[in-house]
Amino acid sequence: MKTLVYIDHFKGAVQPSSWEALGVAKKFGDAVAAVFGENANDVAKSAFEYGADEVYIADDSALKDYLPETYASTFSALASTLNPSLILFPTTSRTRELAAMAAVDLNTNVMTDLTGLEASGDSFIATRPIYESKLFEKIHCVAKPVVATLRGRAFPKPEKQEGKSGTMTKVEAKGEAKSVVEGYSEAESAVNLGDANIIVSGGRGVSNNPSLTPPAGLDEKQAEIWRAQQGFALVTELAKVLGGAVGASRAAVDAGYIPYSHQVGQTGKVVAPDLYIANGISGAIQHLVGMRNAKVIVAVNKDADAPIFKVARYGVVGDLFEIVPALTEAFKKKLGK
Amino acid sequence: MKIIACIKQVPDSEAKVKAEGGQISWGDAPLVINPFDEYAVEGALQQKEATNGTVTALCIGPETAKEALKHALAMGADEAILISDPALNNLDTLGAAKVLAAAIQKIGADMIIFGRQTLDNGAGVTPAQTARLMGYPMLGLAGSIKVNERSVTVERVLEEGKQIVKANLPAVISVVQSIGEPRYPSFMGIRKASKAEIPVWSLSDLGISAPTEIVKRDELMTPPARETTVEMITGESPAEIAEKLADKIIAEKVL
Repeated sequence: MKTLVYIDHFKGAVQPSSWEALGVAKKFGDAVAAVFGENANDVAKSAFEYGADEVYIADDSALKDYLPETYASTFSALASTLNPSLILFPTTSRTRELAAMAAVDLNTNVMTDLTGLEASGDSFIATRPIYESKLFEKIHCVAKPVVATLRGRAFPKPEKQEGKSGTMTKVEAKGEAKSVVEGYSEAESAVNLGDANIIVSGGRGVSNNPSLTPPAGLDEKQAEIWRAQQGFALVTELAKVLGGAVGASRAAVDAGYIPYSHQVGQTGKVVAPDLYIANGISGAIQHLVGMRNAKVIVAVNKDADAPIFKVARYGVVGDLFEIVPALTEAFKKKLGK
Repeated sequence: MKIIACIKQVPDSEAKVKAEGGQISWGDAPLVINPFDEYAVEGALQQKEATNGTVTALCIGPETAKEALKHALAMGADEAILISDPALNNLDTLGAAKVLAAAIQKIGADMIIFGRQTLDNGAGVTPAQTARLMGYPMLGLAGSIKVNERSVTVERVLEEGKQIVKANLPAVISVVQSIGEPRYPSFMGIRKASKAEIPVWSLSDLGISAPTEIVKRDELMTPPARETTVEMITGESPAEIAEKLADKIIAEKVL
């Protein structure tokens, strides 16, 4: 059986869940990868090492920037030619659009953000969370091909086979662009909360350090944001030592402490890392729905009654401005960093 | 400028959602406008103000979904339309996109604004499918929108940073929270909304038949409740607490 896997990358940086999708494809038979855009050659090389049997690349100038219409048309044309039984995407902001549009083109529909996928007769049974992971549903697609996006970290990442290669075929861009990219303002570092094994988060509490004196000339709001930035610097230090990503509660995002891309919970990202450390986050339901499926949850909060402790495995009632730097130091020492 | 805000009604986030006899139940929790769609209405109202336009709130759902539309009216939408038909009980994402596309065609619009996803199904694919069906540009995950005559420029909020994208109108846009806090309904708005007659369109009003359900549900499962008892870490000093906590975390083998 043949599965077509879309490898999602941004200027050559691959979303690791793309490799997980290749792993699932290999479980069912042959894995054919599609790589579009800039640096497609380097990405294709990695795709072979993560299990792809064949790679189709389109590094056409029309695909330099990700644009949903041209990417979808190119992908749909490739899928029509290859006629795979199954098409897999990692779940990312781009692929939610791309898979959605390809499904329209291919007269099928898409099953998104799957946490399970099993073969069943000549089709598949998929499992996915709904209602903010309060429920799961098992679904199947009656049309062909079956198109799905896979939730990051829900499937095992295949072992990398250094130096493995295979047949690479070039394809041309198809379709007409309906928009133009006028510019990027890239984040300092990409915020891929969905792929992170470890997330260290900050909430409203990160601005609450009375011992800090903001620089002169700031108004009240600016002083609060300055304080919060000092707090998030501590959170970021801890995340760095652990090799994790920085998350935030909605309250912290709404207060302007940190960009929206860091937000965990309702109207932000739903995550399930191995380790989630919540600092100065009280644990409103809107935040809990976004992180309660983390394997190990650690909460640091001043308020012993904070609801975050109800979902935590380990809790510390205390001042995050003392605990977080101490924890960073302890890990530096113990992990030999 | 004619703007359509597409919304859905969902159980409140605080609802205890359960699977009961193959059906989804949320007890007596209130049904509300999908929180992501409040941003869609907010984004639409901002554009109404910027371009001296009008906003139509559009929703597929049962009769009760009129309440979500009234919320949009109370926020400042000019009109609301409910699409309701017994044949729409089993609607998948593409089915919803087909029905919305037919309704948008009938209403006519320069800009169609969605929230990024719904709280219930959470697929987040209906905006892109609607755009694809209509042949309109898709501008997803917009944190800001700026219209200039017949074109629109949005700032997309992506994992890797912000991408500024321009397209011609009409266009489909999905918005994220950075668009701005949804305004509270005004007193006048609430009064107007409570008196509003919301037209209900059936599939025959749209001139389409019920879309075939392509993705079907076989089973609903309630995840097993997590038994967590929190272990509080205490000590004489932050350093001692940190020391103990770091050991506990290392012993969990999650690093």
